[in-house]
Amino acid sequence: MVGILLVSHSSKIAQGTLELVEQMTKGKVRIDIAAGTADNRLGTDAGMIKQKIEKIHSGDGVLVLVDLGSAVMSTELAIEKLDESLRSTTLIADAPFVEGAVVAALEASFGKSLEEVKKLTEDVKKYSKLG
Amino acid sequence: MVNSRELIQILTEINKKLAENKEYLTQLDSAIGDADHGINMSKGFKAVVDRISQMQDKDCGSILKTTGMTLVSTVGGASGPLYGTAFMRAGQVVGSKTELNFDDFVSLLEAALEGIKLRGKAQKGEKTIVDSLEPAVEAIKEHKKQGEAIALKRAVEAAKEGMEYTKKIIARKGRASYLGERSLGHQDPGATSCYLMLKTMVDWITENKGL
Repeated sequence: MVGILLVSHSSKIAQGTLELVEQMTKGKVRIDIAAGTADNRLGTDAGMIKQKIEKIHSGDGVLVLVDLGSAVMSTELAIEKLDESLRSTTLIADAPFVEGAVVAALEASFGKSLEEVKKLTEDVKKYSKLG
Repeated sequence: MVNSRELIQILTEINKKLAENKEYLTQLDSAIGDADHGINMSKGFKAVVDRISQMQDKDCGSILKTTGMTLVSTVGGASGPLYGTAFMRAGQVVGSKTELNFDDFVSLLEAALEGIKLRGKAQKGEKTIVDSLEPAVEAIKEHKKQGEAIALKRAVEAAKEGMEYTKKIIARKGRASYLGERSLGHQDPGATSCYLMLKTMVDWITENKGL
């Protein structure tokens, strides 16, 4: 199963999003967060992101949801530092954080491939909230 | 010019300067960003100094790479992956050397600039670190023939000019870019911390190497 990692500057944003996601997926998905710094400031930590990817990667890949600017850069750096075997199957989703996390986790729970989960997650950008 | 022990001294001096300028950098960042640049940079470099202080018998590449790896995990903000990549690239370029000459210094600055531009997908004129670092790298190469002392001095002057120029441009990258034209008139914190680091390095070399 594809793993989902939520990378945010804020552990509250990531934990809240995780809570929202798990309400629907009920522990069926390999999902984790890498948010805030080790000393509880707002920010991202490339080392922490790398460890979490390694933890949830089951061989089927990991899709990473990111919030603002440095979350992207820290995640890119973390991916570059991964072992070759994990690197090509760890991708960043170009998608809104909350909606993206919900869709990614649901699709992963249906057993979709990494490429499918990524595409469907990025398709979230096409939805209109006001219909 | 600079051996491993002296490289550690320079990085220690940078830590001191960043700590002294913590409030100033944070103040610049509170105008157009998330008000944490000074705190983040001084946290990061304090961790760097703790980690490298016993590396005197290691090569310069390892010291610079350790600096980069420490920054990516301790800074928190965008400057973590940016400066982290810069120092890791610099470390790759100097490799196993235990003494850096002037040309090594130029190469490591070039590698650092390239790393930052790649990581941040940034160019000059977007109100970022690149605005002080790129002019410095250009100046040190341009004035190399006039001697090391002049080239280093010109590099710092160019970085300062570039840093001051960031007041006149609109932010295109990072949190400040959400402010658009309202970022005008404010000096970029990243360009400023980069100038401070360059100046500290050059001042140390000038004072201790009789240039």
